[in-house]
Amino acid sequence: MSTLSLASKLSPIRKLKDGSFRVFLTFSIVATLSFIFFVVYTLWNDSYFLLNSDLLTKFPSNDPDDVGFQSAIFGSIWVVGVAALISLPIGILTALYLEEFAGKRNRLTSAIETNIQNLAGVPAVVFGMIGLAFVARGPLSWGFTVGSAAVVLAMMILPVVIIVAREAIRAVPPSYRDGALALGATNWQAVYRLILPSSIPGIATGSILAVSRAMGESAPLLLLGALSFVTFNPTGLDSQFTIMPLAIFKYASDSRDEFHYIASAGSLILIVILFTLNLIAILLRDYANRKSRV
Amino acid sequence: MEVGMYDLSQTVRTGSATAEGVSLAPSAHLRRRNLVQKIAINIMRAGTVVTVVITAGIIFSLIPPTIQLLGEIGTQIFGTSWAPLFIPPEFGLLPLITGTFVIVLIAMLVAIPFGLAAALFLSDYASYQTRRFVKPILEILAGIPTVVLGLFGLYFVNPKLVEKYWPIGESVGYSALGAGLMTGILTLPIVASVADDALSSVPRAMREAGYALGATRREVATKVVFNAGISGVVAAVILAFARAFGETTVALMVAGSYPKLSGNPGDPMQTMASFIGFAGIGDQPTDSTGYRTIFLVGALLFLITLVFNLIGNRIILRYREVYE
Repeated sequence: MSTLSLASKLSPIRKLKDGSFRVFLTFSIVATLSFIFFVVYTLWNDSYFLLNSDLLTKFPSNDPDDVGFQSAIFGSIWVVGVAALISLPIGILTALYLEEFAGKRNRLTSAIETNIQNLAGVPAVVFGMIGLAFVARGPLSWGFTVGSAAVVLAMMILPVVIIVAREAIRAVPPSYRDGALALGATNWQAVYRLILPSSIPGIATGSILAVSRAMGESAPLLLLGALSFVTFNPTGLDSQFTIMPLAIFKYASDSRDEFHYIASAGSLILIVILFTLNLIAILLRDYANRKSRV
Repeated sequence: MEVGMYDLSQTVRTGSATAEGVSLAPSAHLRRRNLVQKIAINIMRAGTVVTVVITAGIIFSLIPPTIQLLGEIGTQIFGTSWAPLFIPPEFGLLPLITGTFVIVLIAMLVAIPFGLAAALFLSDYASYQTRRFVKPILEILAGIPTVVLGLFGLYFVNPKLVEKYWPIGESVGYSALGAGLMTGILTLPIVASVADDALSSVPRAMREAGYALGATRREVATKVVFNAGISGVVAAVILAFARAFGETTVALMVAGSYPKLSGNPGDPMQTMASFIGFAGIGDQPTDSTGYRTIFLVGALLFLITLVFNLIGNRIILRYREVYE
């Protein structure tokens, strides 16, 4: 009843403003969200007639009827897989150290934190440059190989992994550790047996998001020769390679229309892979949230 | 004992064993435990060092070629034409700088209104259920790979929107406008999520005080919540700005690779980041001028994004301290 009487006192202009603002916000959010569907629809429209298993099994070619993404898919899996193997352990250990062992915030730890925050904001292409200067050429001279690319992507996602892992570790109730310490566990035992296991769902969510970022990223590997025409799957760290995003890039910049449709089809494949990864991450986080609330 | 499931039994037994022991000196087991901890801590510390090494690596890879090239070209850098890979080369940075700013500006014109609208919607209008539905979709938007946005810009926005409806000049298939719009979409989720964090952390009591004074929802959202969370909103914009600044693939695919000095967004342009990508494809031999220009432009890009990221993160840290 009281709300009714209040509403009646509202001047029509304020009421109109209030209503139209709500409409404006709802319109913006609907427009934003439907953009995703529009992009996917456009890709589908340009490539549904191409979608069959040939796309996954064939190799790059100059003949638009004989093109597939196999070497790019395997290249992406190799590069991103090795990058994850490098960056996840280092990232999680660093996060554990900063959260559990670094002690009180002092000048050194806050400098390290600022450094990590800034690394997370460094443009992706800059990581390609450090890779070019030190890994592919220069001191290491590994050439344009799977190993060089993996190191570059690992450097790129490391700060992201650290930040999300720290958040997950921070979410573990301090009482867990206190309990373990009270029972005579060392700090490391408390971390290894309690805090790490309890924060695994959160760490996994963040890690999957970081890995999917690496899989969708193309800029740094432009500098590492990944745009090349590779008609074989990588066999090891010293193999030449190409990756999904750059295979798409390559076909997109071809002047022939047929290749535009192939680029769209490749985009759909990449999007399906990334959306699946995202979905797993979101479900995992939901699960972790529900568990922590109980 | 709820913690039992994490198998603390081992630890408990060790503890009692030392208590029963005759000697007060640490047992072999205890010593081993402490050794394990010491080793573990040092391994973790090494991980922390890696992050410092990466930053040092970036700086040391950028500085020497940049200084060397600056010594070679001197004041040519203030020229108005950029063609470092041509003969004779020209090193005027102005076209790259204007190209970058035109694209970033257009991107911000998309990302700021839509991103902030999304943030306000999530923090003050959406029900818990709607929020749970909308947030993941925004994350999926953030997860669209840049190459796909580039493709969409190249095949849809440029031919079907810019060429048809942009009134000024003749379109040639590439446009800064298309690249700006796509970069805007790319940075929108950053604005939305950072600003939403800030607006959602504005204390409930401030909203309720607004309602108690008879304010409408719009007035509470725009005058109370928005003003209280303004520092987070500023941080969101700054971080999105830095992200747009460094975007390579979209600019390269949609705006082309011709560094045209122009104020018309319908023209093709090159940004600092897309120049790096473009020159990188060409596989410049080490120690060539082309190779060094990549690092010169990269150093500039790194420096500018560093400043914006430092400011943005500092602001976020400050508002967290205020409300948490």
